[in-house]
Amino acid sequence: MSNLAVLPILIPLLAGIFAAFIHNKTKMVRIFSIIVSISNLVVVSYIGYLVFQNGSIILETGGWKAPYGIVLVADMLSILLVITTNIIAVACVFFARKSLSQQQENFYFYTFFFLLITGVSGAFLTGDLFNLFVFFEVLLMASYALIVLGGGKIQLRESIKYVLINLFSSILFVTVVSFLYSVVGTVNMAQIAERVQEVEQRGILTTIAILLFFVFATKAAVFPLYYWLPKSYVVPNPVVSALFGALLTKVGIYSILRVFTTIFVYEIDITHQFFLWLAALTMISGVIGALSTNNIKLIISYNIIPAVGFMLMGIGLYTEASISGSIYYLLHDMIVKGTLFLIVGAIVAITGTSDLRKMGGLIHHYPVIGWLFFVASLTLAGIPPFSGFIGKLLLLQEGLAQDQIAIVIIGLITSLLILFSMIRIFIQAFWGEKDDTITPNRIKSRAYAWPIAFLVAFSVFLGVGAEYVYPMVEDISTYLLDPSQYIDSVLKE
Amino acid sequence: MEIITSMLAGILFATGIYNLLQKQMLRIIIGTALLSHGAHLFILTMGKLKRGKPPILVEGVEKYVDPLPQALILTSIVISFGVTSFLLVLAYRASLLNETDNMEELRGSDYE
Repeated sequence: MSNLAVLPILIPLLAGIFAAFIHNKTKMVRIFSIIVSISNLVVVSYIGYLVFQNGSIILETGGWKAPYGIVLVADMLSILLVITTNIIAVACVFFARKSLSQQQENFYFYTFFFLLITGVSGAFLTGDLFNLFVFFEVLLMASYALIVLGGGKIQLRESIKYVLINLFSSILFVTVVSFLYSVVGTVNMAQIAERVQEVEQRGILTTIAILLFFVFATKAAVFPLYYWLPKSYVVPNPVVSALFGALLTKVGIYSILRVFTTIFVYEIDITHQFFLWLAALTMISGVIGALSTNNIKLIISYNIIPAVGFMLMGIGLYTEASISGSIYYLLHDMIVKGTLFLIVGAIVAITGTSDLRKMGGLIHHYPVIGWLFFVASLTLAGIPPFSGFIGKLLLLQEGLAQDQIAIVIIGLITSLLILFSMIRIFIQAFWGEKDDTITPNRIKSRAYAWPIAFLVAFSVFLGVGAEYVYPMVEDISTYLLDPSQYIDSVLKE
Repeated sequence: MEIITSMLAGILFATGIYNLLQKQMLRIIIGTALLSHGAHLFILTMGKLKRGKPPILVEGVEKYVDPLPQALILTSIVISFGVTSFLLVLAYRASLLNETDNMEELRGSDYE
């Protein structure tokens, strides 16, 4: 029964290895990947059902007891994020066969794709800090390979910076883990939480907490550590950008959420107050970037950053409602960022350019993609009844209740500017005179539209069906705010 | 002993960061390698160096060296080895295609 917790890691890992063997049989590897990712989604949803029915599933690998061995913890938060990851994976695997060239597909795309899913699921499920580093490395290695897939001049140039920055933050991560080990004598998150509680987080532990935050903030693209993100998310193939935008920064946010609600929660005045300021700056700087450019891919990449700010704001406020707001926003943002990158990829594939000034009138030829984009951008900006609204409402309400007026105002202005930057794409690319010289490729555009519609359906469900999702998220935030539940379930006391 | 190794780790970090701040790509890669060596040495120091027998289960041995940092280093070495080799190949390809190995010239403001 507890062995189920390893399946979300094991299935994509084995699938990735197998895909490497059949990499040059294009049709076979496509069908194989589609079958595996759908069945993985089914398996993960079943595990999620079990977790919500019977409580966390904890696997002590190799039979070693919890503080000594490696543990995998599938609790409500991590399994919900793993399910979302797999939803995006299914959409991307359908999109990949249209958006990649055959050469790219044959060059181990599916292998690295599955390894990326392995790393992301592993990072969500792991119960100790060193394994978090290892799974970070697994997903980063896959992402290094995906970002250079195709080997263009600009891709190589930008990927060097991406690799170097991530490598530096990984080295820092190892160093911080060893600091923490020397102070508390363990790397198991539950036991660290217990020991930090015993000594009530003395000065040195707060220092380590800030260092750890620095590492996760680099991965999550928090101000001022977001500079590497926009350009390196523009250069790869759209399906790769969609995977990155949907998953990679969210792993960083998840780590911050986990560590700063379970372990370091005794010096809120220092750490969490600091997050609020950073959240405000992250929102502003991200949205300014989004307004500064005419490249549609770059606009979407910059829009990742304010979302990170919103999620960080919820962690900084540190109340039950704000944490549920963050989690809701996290789920919503994973899906909507995947959607937007796929749509933009389709637009670029149709028009052959990513410059906003060279487009116009696309909605006459491609109405489906146009309206999908419209819904997705309203979702992103947080227009009710779509999913972005609920997360934002929770966060801003809680901000008002906590008397943090400044950040609420900044949040509102940011949302407005996000809407502006998205509508700008809609007006310039989709509206305008009908260009009769274009003969639309209906079959191709339909193939692009299906995976996007699949994701849009989920993000609409998150908004309209909030009464089904919200109770779950509320349960998770009560669970997160009481670390003793996590500690007891892992250490079995 | 711990003092010496932590100083050594510090020196490795310092030289690593110095190299990281250079313009030539190869130097930067050497910098990351030095940094990861510093980090590994640091883990070893943090687990306390010599305070007993090797961590092998034998009757009668009460005090033994903490095995966990060594397990962590082993994992971390493998990872940094992999990343360094990948980075070398990447830098080679990038310098061939872009015809420079100077990071100043690789800045670029065009996105297409």
